[in-house]
Amino acid sequence: MEIIISIVVGILFTVGTYLILSKNMTRIIIGTGVLSHGVHLLLLTMGGLKKGAAPLLGQEAPFYTDPLPQALILTAIVISFGVTSFFLVLAYRTYKVHGTDDMEKLRGIDHD
Amino acid sequence: MTLLHWATISPLLLAILIPFLYKYLRSVHTGWFVLALPLVLFFYFIRFLPETSDGGVIEQTVNWVPSLDINFTVFIDGLSLLFALLITGIGSLVVLYSIYYLSKTKEQLHNFYVYLLMFMGAMLGVVLSDNLIVLYAFWELTSLASSLLISYWYHRKKSTYGAQKSMLITVFGGFAMLGGFSLLYVMTGTFSIREIIGNVDTTSSLFIPAMLLVLLGAFTKSAQFPFHIWLPDAMEAPTPVSAYLHSATMVKAGIYLVARLTPVFGGVPEWFWLLSGFGIVTLFWGSLSAVRQKDLKSILAFSTVSQLGLIMCLLGLGSASLYFGAGTDTTMYTTATLAAVFHLINHATFKGSLFMTAGIIDHETGTRDIRKLGGLMTIMPVTFTISLIGTASMAGLPPFNGFLSKEMFFTGVLNATELEIFNMKTFGLLFPVLAWVASIFTFVYCMILFFKTFTGEFKKENYDKHVHEAPFGMLISPIVLGSLVVVFGFFPNLLSYTLIEPAMNAILPTVLGPDEQFYVNIYHWHGFNTELFMTIGVILFGTFIYLMMKKWAKLEIYLRERDPLNKVYDGSLVLLASGSHTITASFMRGSIRQYLIYIFSFMVLFIGYMLFKLNAITFTGEGSAPITFHETTLALIMCIAAITVAFARTRLTAIISLGAVGYSLALFFVLFRAPDLALTQMVIETVSTVLFLLCFYHLPVFKEKFEKVPFRLTNLVVSIGVGALVTIFAISAHYSKSFESLASFFVDASYKEAGGKNMVNVILVDFRGFDTLFEILVLGIAAVGIYSMIKLRLQKEGS
Repeated sequence: MEIIISIVVGILFTVGTYLILSKNMTRIIIGTGVLSHGVHLLLLTMGGLKKGAAPLLGQEAPFYTDPLPQALILTAIVISFGVTSFFLVLAYRTYKVHGTDDMEKLRGIDHD
Repeated sequence: MTLLHWATISPLLLAILIPFLYKYLRSVHTGWFVLALPLVLFFYFIRFLPETSDGGVIEQTVNWVPSLDINFTVFIDGLSLLFALLITGIGSLVVLYSIYYLSKTKEQLHNFYVYLLMFMGAMLGVVLSDNLIVLYAFWELTSLASSLLISYWYHRKKSTYGAQKSMLITVFGGFAMLGGFSLLYVMTGTFSIREIIGNVDTTSSLFIPAMLLVLLGAFTKSAQFPFHIWLPDAMEAPTPVSAYLHSATMVKAGIYLVARLTPVFGGVPEWFWLLSGFGIVTLFWGSLSAVRQKDLKSILAFSTVSQLGLIMCLLGLGSASLYFGAGTDTTMYTTATLAAVFHLINHATFKGSLFMTAGIIDHETGTRDIRKLGGLMTIMPVTFTISLIGTASMAGLPPFNGFLSKEMFFTGVLNATELEIFNMKTFGLLFPVLAWVASIFTFVYCMILFFKTFTGEFKKENYDKHVHEAPFGMLISPIVLGSLVVVFGFFPNLLSYTLIEPAMNAILPTVLGPDEQFYVNIYHWHGFNTELFMTIGVILFGTFIYLMMKKWAKLEIYLRERDPLNKVYDGSLVLLASGSHTITASFMRGSIRQYLIYIFSFMVLFIGYMLFKLNAITFTGEGSAPITFHETTLALIMCIAAITVAFARTRLTAIISLGAVGYSLALFFVLFRAPDLALTQMVIETVSTVLFLLCFYHLPVFKEKFEKVPFRLTNLVVSIGVGALVTIFAISAHYSKSFESLASFFVDASYKEAGGKNMVNVILVDFRGFDTLFEILVLGIAAVGIYSMIKLRLQKEGS
């Protein structure tokens, strides 16, 4: 199973990178979203996908899945949500102020 | 700290006081306060003469950084005392001269004297330090002080140009020298020059690099060919500075270093050839260039270059005697060292006085151009007399001291032809020939300097000022130096026992046997020998060339005042600036996509290479979870959704597909037994999608036209690379686990120690509560950021 998930992670990374490399600001933000999904899935996979009970002691099962990666992912999800929403508003403001969403045109001030 | 240490750094300490003296005692020329110090130091150092002339040395150490073997060791022997006397003696005269030269009301005197004292202290530090690192520190301080003094009139463009040039060249050499010193440390394990002497292994592979690097420092500082180009441009400094730094002291720092390290490096052919070869070329080139100059100070600058070459060449020739070692009769070669030390003193006296007279002429007539000057003989009789003595000595005419050192120089180069070591049989003849031709040119520029200024018609319209003799105060220093020229000319042996012999002892310590001593006796008349005929030839040919000057004055080479090497320097600076600009501009294009491509490609290539290189790609298949239908289907759905995002042509499709990816992830969390994650992911994904949709109307529409094919292809290749790398990496990492997870600890401890049954939540708020704390902070900052971005409307640009 890990191999299949790893390939899925690879595809998510490919799509995320491809979007981040485009000129359009909205696509870049969407790309970061895809990328963070990929990362979360990767974290989960690295923790091992062995079948066990959910990490709730009330289940009284002989085996549990590893709780630590889950805690890490939970933190990561919240942080990437914060960053994504910030980016979204930043993109909105940039578009309002500069009137373009083309990254190639947003090059700062030419000093020479 | 002993008195000797305080004496060494006393100029630096006085420099701190100068601004206050300048500010609160405006009625007195600041120079008077400065004058006392070098005078006191001069007499303080004279007290060491009896001790050093008996072959004694004085050494005082103050620990500075003992753990790195860096200690402030003041060391006095014949050589350093000679330099210390030059620095303080000429320093006093220059300060006295500057009091009359610089106006109290118009000039910023505090700057001048602070820089000058800084320089004096640094220079004393250079010649008195035994520790190479301390020597280096003072060395760089002289470069800095010199640049500050050259750009003293900083509103002039030429001054700043000259200062920058001297800074670049001397600091370049200084760095090289530091490298050489470090290599010496590697070879011997000490920074002390005294300990390095005799401990250096001449066969070591570091020996030659160390020599080259140290010489680079010495040559740049002492204006040897081809690094001499900074010296003529340094003439933009006030004349007292030119007289002090650029004739008597700083340019001799390189000479000092070479003389000081001769016992370390001397006796090998490389040292001999580098010194004498570069020296003689500098001598020749300097004298040739001096003839072309039209400005008094430029003539003197090139003349300094040429004379420094002469001294350097002599030091090189003299180092041959170290080859033979103690016991053999090496007088033939040590004559060259003797001549070097003697000429060093002579040059300091006559060049100092000549610079001062040039300053007087400039000060009193308003010009230094020899095409405008003339007929000053009767108007400025004292200046005339001093110039006559100075130029005659520089030209090497009897009975002045220049004559004696020039004769000895000829003896030195003639002896060199008889040298049977270092391939001298083949090239030896080069030395007397070049030396002789250079002497002819020296004679010519001395004549130009003297006759063009003082003889001929006095044309009143050439001068802006009323021309008259300089005030007495300004004349004192040149008179003193001029008198010294005469005194040393008539009584050269005054110096022999007190200064020259101890200095030679320091330069060539291993030549003498245990009880021997250098015996120096300088004769005026040594019979009709080759040297005398050479001098007569110089005078005849020199006069001939001078008289025929009108004829060859039209030659192109004569018209060109600037040294052609300046083109190389200026060109390389331009090339350096434009080259680095081109290189930077070629990859710093301001396009974020390009930078990302650099970053991603580097990541893929580097990590990929390392994976291959270290054979890290593993796949065992052991311990994998079983493949099930649900999960495979979900994986497929997720992939389709992700790819749809990439190819979406409208915003809405992209946002919805992104949502689909997110919800699939939530479903994965469900399948892989992560209820808390599934919950969070569901909520967050919903909120994110809502946010995207909220912004939907405000977000710009996707461009109708897609990017060009090559553009998309690059992106595709890079992103597939990233994806493939991550997949390989993930698989390899998964199958090469080296230790067990911490999971069992959390399973055991969650309830027992933390009292919770939901392990994930216990980890979040108990075991790893700090993560959560700062994650809350992140959310808070994001919220504040979003709020302020929307609320705060700063003024538009330009308003």
